[in-house]
Amino acid sequence: MIQELLWWVFAALGLGGAIGMISGRNPVASLLFLVLSFFSLAAIYVLLGAHFIGVAQVIVYAGAIMVLFMFVIMLLNLGHDYHNDVRRGAWIMAGFVSSGLIGFALSRVLGDAPATADNAAPAIEASVRELGAVGAIAQPLFREFLVPFELTSILLLVAIIGAVMLAKRRI
Amino acid sequence: METRTLILSAILFSLGVFGVLIRRNAIILFMCVELMLNAVNLAFVVFSRQAGIEGQVFVFFVMAVAASEAAVGLALIISIFRHLETVDIKNFNLLRW
Repeated sequence: MIQELLWWVFAALGLGGAIGMISGRNPVASLLFLVLSFFSLAAIYVLLGAHFIGVAQVIVYAGAIMVLFMFVIMLLNLGHDYHNDVRRGAWIMAGFVSSGLIGFALSRVLGDAPATADNAAPAIEASVRELGAVGAIAQPLFREFLVPFELTSILLLVAIIGAVMLAKRRI
Repeated sequence: METRTLILSAILFSLGVFGVLIRRNAIILFMCVELMLNAVNLAFVVFSRQAGIEGQVFVFFVMAVAASEAAVGLALIISIFRHLETVDIKNFNLLRW
């Protein structure tokens, strides 16, 4: 019961944050609305039983990535940049595309989707009880997904080197 | 709760697409892309309740890709800002036909 109530509260906060981000004129305000949206999504992950993902969402997204955005906004001094940057002619096309996407997704979710039986939820909960919230993710991550995990580290290294190469004045 | 969360994820993704289409500030475009990645993460977490814990592992990979994308993209924005003194994409017309 309380979970249902919390779900509605955080879903409303997440949607409100997203709408505020798109409609905000000031980049700093947009960024703070996006942080609100990401925190609400972290709460929804926890409500769905994905505790580790919820914590990683707060640390990685709402912490690291958003601080990076904030640094760039302050570095480029865009906080006073209030000139209108909304494309005037794109409203109709954007509304058409987005409502088409929502309609397609809703027809897939509500139409021919099978009844949402939580097949794997009891197994996940048992694994969280046995191994802890981190261990339940770490077991498949370091067994079946070991090669993609190592490739992720190469990806992050390439991203670091690329970012330094692009942003540095003289190498 | 699962069906409602999938609908929320669809709406958030469409809001991200809407933002990418109507805004011209490059930093806000990047924020909208992050919003779309988060909507996909939400769908992955919902499906992990039906298909197993692997969905949450994929969310982990998506977060790593999003972090690298943000780092490289913001470095690109800084390097473009040095040349053009703006982040409005209507001025980025060197590769536009």
